[in-house]
Amino acid sequence: MNLTNSFDKMLAQSRCKSYRRRILDISQQVGALHAAAAFSAMEMTDCIYNGLMNRGDNKDPIDKFIMSKGHGCMVQYVILEDLGILSKKDLDLYCKPDGRLGCHPDFGTPGIEASTGSLGHGAAMATGMAYTEQYIKRGPGKIFVIISDGELQEGSTWEALMMAANLNTDNLIICLDHNGMQSFGDTIETHPKFYPISEKINAFGWETAEVNGHDSEAVFDAITNRAGGKPFMLICNTVKGRGVSFMEGQPIWHYRSPNPEEYAQAINELTEISS
Amino acid sequence: MRNKFADAIYEIGKKDDRICALVADLSPAGSMINFREDFPDRFINCGVAEQSMIGIAAGMALNGMRPFCYTIATFSLYRPFEMVRDDLCYQNLPVTVIGMGAGVIYSTLGGTHHTIEDIAIASAIPNLTVLAPCDPDEMRLATTWCATESLGPVYMRLGKAGEPDLTSKAIDPFKIGKVRCLQQGANVAILSYGITVDMALSVAKQISSTGKSVSVYSCHTIKPLDTEGIQKILATHNQIAVIEEHVPHGGLGSRVKEIAWEMKANCSLKCFSLKDEFIHFYGNHLELLSKHGLDIESISEEINRP
Repeated sequence: MNLTNSFDKMLAQSRCKSYRRRILDISQQVGALHAAAAFSAMEMTDCIYNGLMNRGDNKDPIDKFIMSKGHGCMVQYVILEDLGILSKKDLDLYCKPDGRLGCHPDFGTPGIEASTGSLGHGAAMATGMAYTEQYIKRGPGKIFVIISDGELQEGSTWEALMMAANLNTDNLIICLDHNGMQSFGDTIETHPKFYPISEKINAFGWETAEVNGHDSEAVFDAITNRAGGKPFMLICNTVKGRGVSFMEGQPIWHYRSPNPEEYAQAINELTEISS
Repeated sequence: MRNKFADAIYEIGKKDDRICALVADLSPAGSMINFREDFPDRFINCGVAEQSMIGIAAGMALNGMRPFCYTIATFSLYRPFEMVRDDLCYQNLPVTVIGMGAGVIYSTLGGTHHTIEDIAIASAIPNLTVLAPCDPDEMRLATTWCATESLGPVYMRLGKAGEPDLTSKAIDPFKIGKVRCLQQGANVAILSYGITVDMALSVAKQISSTGKSVSVYSCHTIKPLDTEGIQKILATHNQIAVIEEHVPHGGLGSRVKEIAWEMKANCSLKCFSLKDEFIHFYGNHLELLSKHGLDIESISEEINRP
């Protein structure tokens, strides 16, 4: 069902806790699964799927979603499982020879609208989808995208942002997962001129807003209350690894899976995150 | 050829509203203006931004469209290579990428505008069909196939304006995936594609005067290559020549050698291509080709050498 006018924050917190738990469980089957990148995008992805998207009958959704930061796809997989679009077996066979889910989303897998993994591809593909929907098919569909702050350094992303504004695709909504962390440290230290972000995006002809990306209700309200008439980017300030203390802000957790002791600690720590 | 391309997609675009054209601030003249005026929603000038042109085309194809992307070959394939590979080929989407002015047609614009490795690069990507029609009518037929029948991505090498008709008297009809016999002989077979087919026909004429009977084939579909058709040519001629405006590696010559080796062919085989060098030389198109040994006289002489 679609919740287009209201969003139950408590339910969202409960869902996100169980999604984090499911990701940690799966982490015990494999050596790597980008848990921290999934945790930073958790609340916004949940909000898109469970609050904002008009999914129709789920088979041919009216709104579409692209996880442009493909390494964040674990959160997408566990939500697609929750929605019944992927099966428990699919997730149990994550990264296994008999399965069909890998570390990056593949077009052709149920619920996956585009293949991503290489950064800087999602914004342009989403622009093409949004333009077709709005100006050729004249349909009501919206295109939701999550991009990482890292891929906002790709020139191809800026090309797409400029073109989306030129094409007036106001059905295009991008959430920027701004966790401010890259392989060599904090972006503010490694690439200080990356900032300010919103001024740059506004100057490219977009409407922007900025929220705490772990506050589901704030994400929902900002997107729902956008003025429209332009493509919209919500800058979601997040913490990489959010929800597990030893993962938060630690680059090593970009990729590796917790060992059994770390897993036990992580499970014990999980709470319902309110902001 | 350019004009014929624009005519073809305009005609098909009238009947099929999934056809759309994306350009990167360059456009074939003529009918592309009609396309833009009659179907403004299906024409996008992406600006000088080829990476997003390919990505936007992928997104449109994901939403049911059949886009054509058009710009100079270096900028349609090299600049956005990863978008062609990941967005179009990995997802196997029905998008046609036109590489205009491929080879060294833009002779005096220098090496940045020469496209001398495109066949090797494009042929290396799974799912990508690689086409190089030789004259305006083959271009029309190839474009029609891309628009109406192709199920996946295509890279199509395009010449320039003003190519002569080379195929109205062809022995075989145009069929994607099949080599096309343009003239049938018995001793020598010349294989080429794209704009050097014209040169191949001239070479054939020249060496015919020495008493040889020469076949000429347009290998317009370079991938998937018609292996069976080429095996038959190798089995029925005692001398084979491949002419291509491309570096020696990874083009048609390399492929024909592979086929010849695998079938243990008995014929002789000579490949004429550009050298494995960038071209720091200015002149017209034919002068550049000649600089690398691609001219009617040199090729004819080499074929006639015992």
